[in-house]
Amino acid sequence: MTLRLLSLIRKEFIQIVRDPRTLAITFMMPVVMLFLLGFAATNDVRNVPLAVLDQDRTQESRSLLDAYRAADYFRLDYVVGREEEMRALIDSNQARAGIIIPPGYGKTLLAGRVAQVAFVIDGSDPTVASTALSAAILIGQAKSSRIVLERAGRSGQSAIPSKPPVDVRTQVWYNPALVSAYYMIPGLIGMILQFLTTMLTATSIVRERERGTIEQLIVTPIRSWELVVGKLAPYVLIAFFDTLEILVVGVIVFQVPINGSLALFLGLAALFLVTTLGIGLLISTVANTQQEAMLTTMFTVLPSIFLSGFFFPLAAMPMVLQWISYAIPLRYFLIIARGIVLKGVGAEALWPEIIALSIFALVVMSAAAMRFRKRLD
Amino acid sequence: MPDTLIAFHLSRSFGAVRAVDDVSLSIAPGEIYGMVGPDGAGKTTTLRLICGAVKRGAGSVTIGGISLERQPEQARAQIGYLSQHFSLYEELTALENIRFLAEVRGLARGEWLSLSREILAFVGLEAFENRLARNLSGGMKQKLSLACALVNRPRLLLLDEPTTGVDPVTRQDFWQLIIRLAGEQGIAVLLCTPYMDEAVRCSRVGFLRAGKLIVEGPPRRLRESLRGRILELSGSPEMLLLRAARRDPDVQDAQRFGDRLHLRIRAGQAETVQARLGEQIRAAGGTVERLAEIPPLLEDVFIDLAGGVKSV
Repeated sequence: MTLRLLSLIRKEFIQIVRDPRTLAITFMMPVVMLFLLGFAATNDVRNVPLAVLDQDRTQESRSLLDAYRAADYFRLDYVVGREEEMRALIDSNQARAGIIIPPGYGKTLLAGRVAQVAFVIDGSDPTVASTALSAAILIGQAKSSRIVLERAGRSGQSAIPSKPPVDVRTQVWYNPALVSAYYMIPGLIGMILQFLTTMLTATSIVRERERGTIEQLIVTPIRSWELVVGKLAPYVLIAFFDTLEILVVGVIVFQVPINGSLALFLGLAALFLVTTLGIGLLISTVANTQQEAMLTTMFTVLPSIFLSGFFFPLAAMPMVLQWISYAIPLRYFLIIARGIVLKGVGAEALWPEIIALSIFALVVMSAAAMRFRKRLD
Repeated sequence: MPDTLIAFHLSRSFGAVRAVDDVSLSIAPGEIYGMVGPDGAGKTTTLRLICGAVKRGAGSVTIGGISLERQPEQARAQIGYLSQHFSLYEELTALENIRFLAEVRGLARGEWLSLSREILAFVGLEAFENRLARNLSGGMKQKLSLACALVNRPRLLLLDEPTTGVDPVTRQDFWQLIIRLAGEQGIAVLLCTPYMDEAVRCSRVGFLRAGKLIVEGPPRRLRESLRGRILELSGSPEMLLLRAARRDPDVQDAQRFGDRLHLRIRAGQAETVQARLGEQIRAAGGTVERLAEIPPLLEDVFIDLAGGVKSV
């Protein structure tokens, strides 16, 4: 590394350190967002008001309802006679979920066959819904195993049934995909990496132009690539620091399991960073002021957030938006991040995303390198 | 000694505007060349073309014998450039600013500190080396910018309106520094200035108009070009004097200089105007205190060359 490059990087660090506002954004934003999104998503859900439509009215159906009552996830507030009443209760937010036990439930169970129960959840609040959903299924499963054990006890047969007798079929209304904290944290890393690196590189280069210091740099023998590397390197370091910061807080505070290889994750994060830094560099070649750079950054980051599957599942979007999402690098990084962190998959399962990110990195960086000139015009 | 800067036929257009149009300049070591001209005449663009900050449309630049086209970095290593606005990193101290520019210009690790201190002392900022640039006064910032431009021991110093917005005392200090640099170290200086009293201090002055270098020479010779064509008029009431002067067919331009008027007269008509104008003013009920030929100021030359702007 040349002395020129080193002094450029050192200068950049001094500027970052002596600019407390940027420094605070850089290091506080990941944690603040993590806490906001993480806690909002994991708040324990208790006492969800439940509407009951028991069309069976047998001992078996009452026994299932008791199982729901016993777990403190649900409060059996409403007993209704028709499905329309249930819908009205959920529409008016009086009930957040409903259970429908169809006629013949008890008879089916007694006959040793699988009895279906419908569980309806108001998905408009995904946080409540996700917890209620898993609770509803869990309670159904627990009930199933008890019934199986009882049957086995009665008949003296083996306790392994072919199918659990109670099949709670869940259906989420209004927001069929649910967001959870585990789901959020890998996504948050991707979003923060993109936002910070794009914005900081773009503004740090545009600031040189805005303040006129770029004119001094231009007349020095420093080379274009040194200028680019010297500008990007500090933000790469910051981005990795932020990544580790989010992971550490995620693991300690939110107990997010890191199931896959951390090295692979960081390696692919670096690949993703090439693209986001390139976007920042590209923005710096078109923006004349720091405000312009920031607005342009927002213009690139917002579609990324909404069309990458960070908040809203891609599968639920109209086809046009799904097609657009293929042009969004964050989409691929989210699949990678969730795959490695949550599912523990390795590179062999992620190669389509890795190829896509590599193409982005190549295209964006070449475009930026072509446009970035060590000149004023 | 060969000229430090040789610029041949520089041109550059921005869209349809010819910002710099076939400008050729050469500056010898130790020479202070002042470039003057109205706003938008292409002064700043000319400097930027010479240091390669903007792309040349046409022309060639040689600095200290090194071609800017063929060896841009070696050529730039000969330049110290002070751009129009303070080009300092506000978050860095005075010394850190100098150190940064010294290092990116390729000064050896051991070399920068003693040299930086020497230059800070030269511009009189040695007591402020650890002060953040943002906390320096306007004049100190400008001196620090000069120090930064000097840190690689340039052979050519390009100064773009170096004293704009600087108080008169600092301006004086600044000029002493420039004169010492040129005189003691043989640095060639090319500066743009809007101030005629600064242009007078240059060894040579070039007038730039609409991208063209229309005339150049030592200030004294430029002033010669208007010898016998400038009349000074004072008296009362001022409005009447001005109106009468402007109505006279042989007065090309009338400009107010403090409490008197400078009239530029068609060549060879000075005596006619002197007699005719004095009479007209008195006939209209005014008084003439003084109506006499004076040696032209560089400012008169500037106004003449800038196209005789009819304003007061």
